[in-house]
Amino acid sequence: MPTATPNAPTSSRSRTVRFAIVRCDGPGKPERTELFDVPVEPGANIISCLQWIAANPVTIEGVRTTPPTWDSGCLEEVCGSCTMNINGRVRQACSALIDAVSPSTTPPGPGGATITLEPMRKFPVVRDLCVDRARFFRNLERIKAWVPVDGTYSLGAGPTESPDHQATRYALSTCMTCGCCLEACPQFLREDKPEAWDTSFVGAAVISQAVLFNDHPTGATLKPQRLDVLSGPGGVNDCGNSQNCVKVCPKEIPLTESIGAAGRQVTVHAVKKFFSGR
Amino acid sequence: MNGSKHRVIVVGGGLAGLAASVRIAEAGLPVDIFSIVPVKRSHSVCAQGGINACNEVARQQGYSEYEHFDESIYGGDFLAHQPPVYEMAHWAPKIIDLLDRMGVPFNRTNEGQRDLRLFGGSLYKRTHFAGATTGQQVLYALDEQTRRYAAEGKVTKYEHWEFLWPIIADDGACRGIVAQDLRTMQIRAFRADAVVMATGGNGLIFGQSTNSVMCTGGAASRCYQAGAKYANGEFIQVHPTAIPGADKLRLMSESARGEGGRVWVPAIKGPSGGWTRHPDPARDPRQIPASERYYFLEERYPKYGNIVPRDIATREIFNICMEGLGVAGGNMVYLDLTHLGREYIERKLLGIIEIYRKFVGEDPAEVPMKIFPGVHYTMGGLWTTYTPKPDLKGMTLGAPNSMMCSVPGLYAFGEVNYQYHGANRLGANALLSCIFDGLFCGLGVANAVRDAKRLASDEPQALYDRAAEQENAKQRRLVEGKGDQNPYQIAREMGAEMTAASTVVKSGPRLEQALAKIAELRDRAARISLADTGMWTNQNLSFARATADMLTLADAILRGGLERRESRGSHYRTDFPERNDAEFLATTVAQCNPDGTSRIAFEPVPKGIVEPRKRTYGKKDDAPASKPADAPKAPALALAAT
Ligand SMILES: Cc1cc2nc3c(=O)[nH]c(=O)nc-3n(C[C@H](O)[C@H](O)[C@H](O)COP(=O)(O)OP(=O)(O)OC[C@H]3O[C@@H](n4cnc5c(N)ncnc54)[C@H](O)[C@@H]3O)c2cc1C
Ligand code: SF4
Ligand code: SF4
Ligand code: FES
Repeated sequence: MPTATPNAPTSSRSRTVRFAIVRCDGPGKPERTELFDVPVEPGANIISCLQWIAANPVTIEGVRTTPPTWDSGCLEEVCGSCTMNINGRVRQACSALIDAVSPSTTPPGPGGATITLEPMRKFPVVRDLCVDRARFFRNLERIKAWVPVDGTYSLGAGPTESPDHQATRYALSTCMTCGCCLEACPQFLREDKPEAWDTSFVGAAVISQAVLFNDHPTGATLKPQRLDVLSGPGGVNDCGNSQNCVKVCPKEIPLTESIGAAGRQVTVHAVKKFFSGR
Repeated sequence: MNGSKHRVIVVGGGLAGLAASVRIAEAGLPVDIFSIVPVKRSHSVCAQGGINACNEVARQQGYSEYEHFDESIYGGDFLAHQPPVYEMAHWAPKIIDLLDRMGVPFNRTNEGQRDLRLFGGSLYKRTHFAGATTGQQVLYALDEQTRRYAAEGKVTKYEHWEFLWPIIADDGACRGIVAQDLRTMQIRAFRADAVVMATGGNGLIFGQSTNSVMCTGGAASRCYQAGAKYANGEFIQVHPTAIPGADKLRLMSESARGEGGRVWVPAIKGPSGGWTRHPDPARDPRQIPASERYYFLEERYPKYGNIVPRDIATREIFNICMEGLGVAGGNMVYLDLTHLGREYIERKLLGIIEIYRKFVGEDPAEVPMKIFPGVHYTMGGLWTTYTPKPDLKGMTLGAPNSMMCSVPGLYAFGEVNYQYHGANRLGANALLSCIFDGLFCGLGVANAVRDAKRLASDEPQALYDRAAEQENAKQRRLVEGKGDQNPYQIAREMGAEMTAASTVVKSGPRLEQALAKIAELRDRAARISLADTGMWTNQNLSFARATADMLTLADAILRGGLERRESRGSHYRTDFPERNDAEFLATTVAQCNPDGTSRIAFEPVPKGIVEPRKRTYGKKDDAPASKPADAPKAPALALAAT
């Protein structure tokens, strides 16, 4: 919901910031860039500016256009909806404060800063800044990212757990399926055909989730099936170790450690399989 | 349609919707889940603090499920029906165990037991938590179980689909829904033998709130317009501690106070003991000596201190600011963690202090946080019924009417259900009520469908075609509208008006004024023209439609508040400052008129096992729990100086 309008009270620090938004009307449609000048209050973030533009969809040339389309939910960096490329860097729009993204106070125009918004490039565009991350969710299904409980009946507590073990699992469990790590990964390539998803690289987040569930006593009963996926095409061996993923993860999840652990588990799994003649 | 004979639709994939889906699928019925966002991104991820349940440690200190029940009823100022709350409190330990088995990484003690924290409205540690992102962790556990059922073909997810209308057959029962694919904008009718609404709260009606952007209440409003009753709409929880922001108010969880956070303002203590304005209220808080800090909650409520329930903390903070004692004379008070030490804070509260660091740019381990109340939770919701046990100690498991709306076959679970929280919800009881609804009442839905005499598959196709066409026609009107009105502007004005008139303090005249404003906005909403009329991922269209629905619900919220001439829990009327059990120990029941206005009736709260008693939380002067100043002139909420 828009919260600032042109006639909203402005504080001394308010200023105008130019946005360059990459627009696309739908799959297969051409891209274009539209420019908007937005009055920005201290504390504003990318979403509050997008809300302002949606309520006032007029470009700097004075041309009325359609409101840009974007995904958002929690507005506090916990749901993973609003991932996009902001000035070329993949991150959440809701936690990108304007004063941090564009500290320059030079007004728009020659010499003034522009904030560029582009959709993620590793997923098919739905419209403007919205992309379709269905492949990501499909991969969570493939690696059986769940604990196979016996049902919802009252069957007592789960296993006790040391605080250290909890801390390790909690860190991995904060992954919000945002896709930053996939966008930044040189090995994760855009794939629009669902038939090809099951053999294309799963990416760091999914590997890390497999490690999370393998690390739970009940979750571990599905470990062999998870490792079958991770040792197959598109599995952990496709990772080139460039470590881009860990640098962009907003939740600071230790992805390279997860990838290392998965690699070791896959090796052990292969040896076991070899000796059991599977 | 699908070959299976029975089908259940669950609208909403937050905690309530996913718990229901898992339970109903487990009972052997196919489930279709509809959600605007991928279910894993539902608003439930925002919950920070934790989830309540009696536990062994608390039990050995004198706590029990009964205490949990009693606390919740007292916290809700006796407005909640008691049998459902009694049942929920008794299921709570089992629910925690189940979540534990599903792998939720609850914080642990040295011995590996689940750790506990203190939360508002209780003197016992009975809140289980996973870092400061408990809702996220619990939602993920249920999302994972749902994914498992989806992989087995027992659950089908319709994500990026919006519920538009319930389909009601000629016998008055709900047998399906109309929904829209938010990408292709295709509108379709779906058959179902039961429909569970689990669509969450309506914070967006108030403009800025701590809620996620999809929390418009649009879905509840559509059921209400289709004939379902709406209950206790005027009970809106305003959370005492939020950080003001341009797009939303970000919550600082009650766990900050449960873990020892202290609320204070700079002030000078006079010789008679009263506090007056600090000569330099904007001074760096770290430089202010202890003698010049007014810990007003601790002083006024020696027993509960900073963990008084939310309605009380909110009114006290609001009044302190109205009296001019706020930080820098503005609408803010300090929430101070600095005395707890960085190590402790980061271990127990990392998730929320990160939010503060990210959005305010200061470190709560170094400087006290600046906070102010923000709209947070919808206690009211769709009216529902249930089957009490004969002794009123709980509900009958598997009863087909478990949390069923006034429209048979339509159910309401989770925040959209008005049960459990009465006039004020206790912190960390919402996650519990959502999951409890899904698990306990999900079985009732399954039984109802199995025993149904008439099924959706018996209904004529014309019923579904007509319902879809009605929605198509509404949409055409909106798309072809050539008026002069912008939906975002209407929503903004609605939010400002609702926040000013119907949150912390209300009065008859102000509510009347707000009703007039809503009527004006409703007129203007009929003259909306869209900035985007395309038929592909048209968010402008979805927003405009939801705006009209929010206005309808706003009317019910205001009119309920106007007719309830008393003060109770979160509902405080300056012109009727006392609780009045003789007249208003009753549920507010709203029904929708064809023109979108509401009519209100009161339905007595059935007798329970505890009698209403005075709700003071041990306030020192033994006056009623709070004595707010007269109605403020300015809408202070959400306008805190940044
Ligand atoms: C910041 C914050 C912190 C909180 N912390 C706590 C806490 O610590 N402890 C606690 O107990 N409670 C807490 N709460 C409250 C609690 O989080 C919510 O009450 C609870 O998560 C609501 O869950 P739900 O399943 O009812 O709805 P939601 O999680 O809101 O889910 C609603 C679902 O309905 C869908 N939906 C909505 N409208 C439509 C439509 N028209 N068509 C299709 N789908 C639709 C959405 O996509 C979503 O999937 C907190 C709330 C907030 C805002
Ligand atoms: S380390 Fe592997 S997963 Fe991470 S960015 Fe590099 S290639 Fe991708
Ligand atoms: S691992 Fe990090 S970057 Fe990747 S999806 Fe999860 S939260 Fe996002
Ligand atoms: S809106 Fe949820 S992460 Fe940004």
